[in-house]
Amino acid sequence: MAQTTTLLEIADADILGERKARRIHRRRSSSQGERKGIVARTVIAIVVCLIMVFPLYWMLVVAFSPRGEVFEAGLHLWPSTLTLENFDKIFRRFDVATWFGNSLVIGTFVTVITVVVNLLAGYAFARMRFFGRNAIFLLALATMMIPVQAIMVAQFQLVSTLGIYGTYWGVIFPTAAAAFGIFLARQFFIGIPDEIIEAARIDGAGQLRIFIQVVLPLSKPLIAVLILLTLMGTWNDFAWPLIALKDNELYTLPIGLLYLKNQTSPDYNSIMALALISVLPMVILFLVFQRYFVQGFARSGIK
Amino acid sequence: MTTVTAPERADARQAPARPGAARRVARLRESLTGWGFIGPNLILLALFLFLPILWAVQLSFQDTQGFGDPEWVGFDNYARLVTDPVFWQSLGNTIVFTLVTVPIDMALGLGLAVLLNSVLPARGVWRTIIVLPMVISGVASGMIAVILFYESNGLINKLLEAVGLQAIAWQSEPAPAMISVMIAAVWLRVGFNMIIYLAGLQGISPELYEAGRIDGANRWQQFRSITVPLVGPSTFFLLIMNVIASFQVFDLIFVMTGGGPGNATSVLVTYAYRNGFQIREQGYGAAIGIVILLITLAFTFIQWKTNRTRDMVE
Repeated sequence: MAQTTTLLEIADADILGERKARRIHRRRSSSQGERKGIVARTVIAIVVCLIMVFPLYWMLVVAFSPRGEVFEAGLHLWPSTLTLENFDKIFRRFDVATWFGNSLVIGTFVTVITVVVNLLAGYAFARMRFFGRNAIFLLALATMMIPVQAIMVAQFQLVSTLGIYGTYWGVIFPTAAAAFGIFLARQFFIGIPDEIIEAARIDGAGQLRIFIQVVLPLSKPLIAVLILLTLMGTWNDFAWPLIALKDNELYTLPIGLLYLKNQTSPDYNSIMALALISVLPMVILFLVFQRYFVQGFARSGIK
Repeated sequence: MTTVTAPERADARQAPARPGAARRVARLRESLTGWGFIGPNLILLALFLFLPILWAVQLSFQDTQGFGDPEWVGFDNYARLVTDPVFWQSLGNTIVFTLVTVPIDMALGLGLAVLLNSVLPARGVWRTIIVLPMVISGVASGMIAVILFYESNGLINKLLEAVGLQAIAWQSEPAPAMISVMIAAVWLRVGFNMIIYLAGLQGISPELYEAGRIDGANRWQQFRSITVPLVGPSTFFLLIMNVIASFQVFDLIFVMTGGGPGNATSVLVTYAYRNGFQIREQGYGAAIGIVILLITLAFTFIQWKTNRTRDMVE
């Protein structure tokens, strides 16, 4: 079970079980009936995957089609001519580069803050005894799934009171106040053998030094998972930035997308061009670091 | 504060008969170190999560209509909830959305996991494609869905007409609007369900299927009697996670329907937003938020109770 293994084990074994399946494959004789089964299953897989990628394909089609073409009579399953006019238009009329930069800045700050504090807290919960540990851990656990919509009015008033409404920080701090990484980190650190930490302690290293010099270098898979999931969550975040940002120079890409829809008639070709720009970085990260994303999803259960 | 030296610790451990002073000092140091480690995270959580929760409770007892100082109104906001038809409709829509999407998510997730756990060429590619929507933002997904489900001349209606069916009023009719949001939500979430079930399937020994085959069980019987019971823990985990996620569906509805037509796709979270930030009745919006909070806590509690070994202390 993914839920009961540590991230360390998951990192080393292929969670999707490629190896085991290959073993079974070799063991089995591929009889006539077996081969027929493979063909049927492959056809089903192809059909399902075509349905799953189609919306993304459609985003590409609309983004690269001349204006309005997909809504004209008749089926237009691909662009009659590939055009960049939609991209040209949004870059001329809107500050797309700034929105992209805002997403990057906010994403980076939130990721750095969240991952650092979650690693520290996860380590303490895993390996230290201190007064109130279980109570605080339970409190963090209990509040982990609370959606921003439950407390957004209060958060808005808080951020206004602190004078950071409408600034980067107004988005960054409430977003970085997250607990889910604590659980991933804690689970991982529990799996680190006592001997390693004990050895460093006998050498006279303090807890912070042990953590930085001994534990963190062993935790690269964990850190990768935390960084990727936090960055993705922040990059795609919508509800809180929608509330916390007012000036369009500070918009992130998802808010920019909504703004673009409201400012144009709506011009769906432009919207899809911007949507493509906004999803592309995460798609690339996912394709490169798929293993880590999948481990993170499987462990955290949070989308 | 992080300089607990080895000799001190060794003493504290090995000589329990000695007066406890050294041990107490060591413990105190470890306690302080622990607090130092959780400190930064705790401050963030306290200020931006725990405090707003208490603040929201307070707000829910206030009337903040218009300008001027908020007025303490006791349980008025909650009394208003009970008699507000839109609140009940939003709660009903949330429940319908959850009851429809969660089983579909899980059934499709299990089916795909079984399919993609079997012998198949290019399996990795198929898995990647099914998981891919998970990294697409709700806003971008919603925008794509708006275009596909566009009532006049959207692709889906064109295809329906091309095969001789009637176009569907995805935007102006209540039920189709809800269905379009549900379809988009399943598209976004099915990959998650597949991942969890795949991980669950990895834990089933192939020998069990071997034994099933020898006993003459066909594929469906093997699925019913071996697969389904043995992925039970995954099923329960997914059930809770999907229910929580469905109760919180916001981006898709905000972008695709805005809660309309009428209030046909209004759910608790969008209704809370509407009251808090569009109608600007913040006290009433906060009261709806408290309802969402309590529901979420209840499901988190169930998850914790039944999954204690996973996240709890030693």
